[in-house]
Amino acid sequence: MHATDLKDSGDPASVAALSVAEACGSRNPAFVQLLGLCPLLAVSGTTANALGLALATLLVLIGSNVVISLLRGALPAPARLPAQMLVIAGFTTCAMLLMQAFAFDVYERIALFVQIIVTNCIILARAEQVASRTRVGTAARDGFATGLGFALALVTLGMVREILGQGTLFVGMEQLLGESARGWAIDLGGRGLLLVGLPPGAFITAALLVALANRIFRGNRGHEPADT
Amino acid sequence: MTAPDTRRIMCAVLVALLPGVLLQCYWFGLGTLTNLGLAVGFGIAAEFLLLRCRARPVLPAIADGTVVVTCSLIAIALPPGTAWPILLIASVTALGLGKHAYGGTGYNLFNPAMVGYAVVLVSFPAALGWPPATGLEIDAATGPTLLESFKYRSAQTVAEVWQAEAGFGRFGGFGVEWVNLGYLVGGLLLLAWRIIDWRVPVAMLIGMAVIAMLGYDGGSSASLGSPVMHWFSGATMLTAFFIATDPVTCPSSGRGRLLFGALIGTVIMMIRSWGGYPDGVAFAVLLGNAVAPLIDRYIGIVDTQRRLPPDSVG
Repeated sequence: MHATDLKDSGDPASVAALSVAEACGSRNPAFVQLLGLCPLLAVSGTTANALGLALATLLVLIGSNVVISLLRGALPAPARLPAQMLVIAGFTTCAMLLMQAFAFDVYERIALFVQIIVTNCIILARAEQVASRTRVGTAARDGFATGLGFALALVTLGMVREILGQGTLFVGMEQLLGESARGWAIDLGGRGLLLVGLPPGAFITAALLVALANRIFRGNRGHEPADT
Repeated sequence: MTAPDTRRIMCAVLVALLPGVLLQCYWFGLGTLTNLGLAVGFGIAAEFLLLRCRARPVLPAIADGTVVVTCSLIAIALPPGTAWPILLIASVTALGLGKHAYGGTGYNLFNPAMVGYAVVLVSFPAALGWPPATGLEIDAATGPTLLESFKYRSAQTVAEVWQAEAGFGRFGGFGVEWVNLGYLVGGLLLLAWRIIDWRVPVAMLIGMAVIAMLGYDGGSSASLGSPVMHWFSGATMLTAFFIATDPVTCPSSGRGRLLFGALIGTVIMMIRSWGGYPDGVAFAVLLGNAVAPLIDRYIGIVDTQRRLPPDSVG
């Protein structure tokens, strides 16, 4: 994603806000647009880790989209990208502090990947393509939809890898969602394929899910490049 | 290459595997045969389903024998009497991820048998020690294998380890040395029939020997062990003649194949000496496969323009 390629088009027709259905389906930011793959691969070992990062990313996406939309008239062109990065970094810090306060165990495991949400290209892409060109309401909806689509991809990958890699599901969810989630943990028996839990397994599993998404959404994509 | 050609070559490969397989049965029990039956059965079933999913003709692809060879190599490489779920996972991942994900026979980047073998080797490290703890006729073979005890020797000279451990035979691993000899005989048959190129196995064995000799200091505790010991231990000969020589996944030029073989031999020795696994042939072959296109690109240019003689293309 090269944000600079899209600068100053200013044409309202080029604002491509995602709906929830699009973000979760034919234009999924991760499995169809192939953005934000670093955290996707790194944090998808278990469902709890994946959900933790997904919620943090969702929060940053909505917050940064809203604030950047509010600032869109006030920023001169040369300052726009640095200002957007600053806003995103601010919300990333908020997400870090919130996780430290309410989900410290999960934060300890995925801290690095919460901190580098700031470099997640999905967020900068939404800021540059949508939020800086449209009204607050549209920008907020787009942030929510995109975050939900990314969360869907991340949690799906986390669930598949947890089931295949460890033979369990929802282990450690109480660290994220409170004591009531302790009973969610399911032991499916067996030890699972160690490989799927290791980094190579993240690549292989993600590639299989991307292939599945291609198969399902090929008709919808037509000749458009996958990259918005 | 036409289908009958492929079938003829695959039949020859299966025949050439026989001496090693028979010796493996003699030393380690009939588990190798159940491995073979299960893996080939799972492989043909998986191939059938995958071809149907991809809407490709089923019969010609199964009849050309490549599936049988791929699954036989997996079955031989795994310890005799491996549990059937492991064989199933190995066969399915070999054909699904290793072959059909890349477009089917002839388009694969990695050797499918080694993809399947590596998947289960990484996933079930405890279950796949060589030789297995069950189904053995010989007590001595239940001890650690040569490569394992060699890896974890502490402050013992080579000669001391050799005497202390039952996992050692006359010149290589106990029993494994004869199995390796069997695959060497089969490999020489393939060479005589002009089915494989001599460059890959020769370069691989020389590559291993060079590293072994560089680290061989007469047998102190820091020695890597003699070249002969490494040639006749683990899966060396099987890899050299039957796996690394796969014409699809090795470079096409003669010089490229020499480099490819030497690279695999070097990596095998590095994994055996300093890596986390006692034997590392699968990882070495996969790494070699991964750089084969690069070797072709930078080394193959001269040779491909000159046209190789037909028998060296496998």
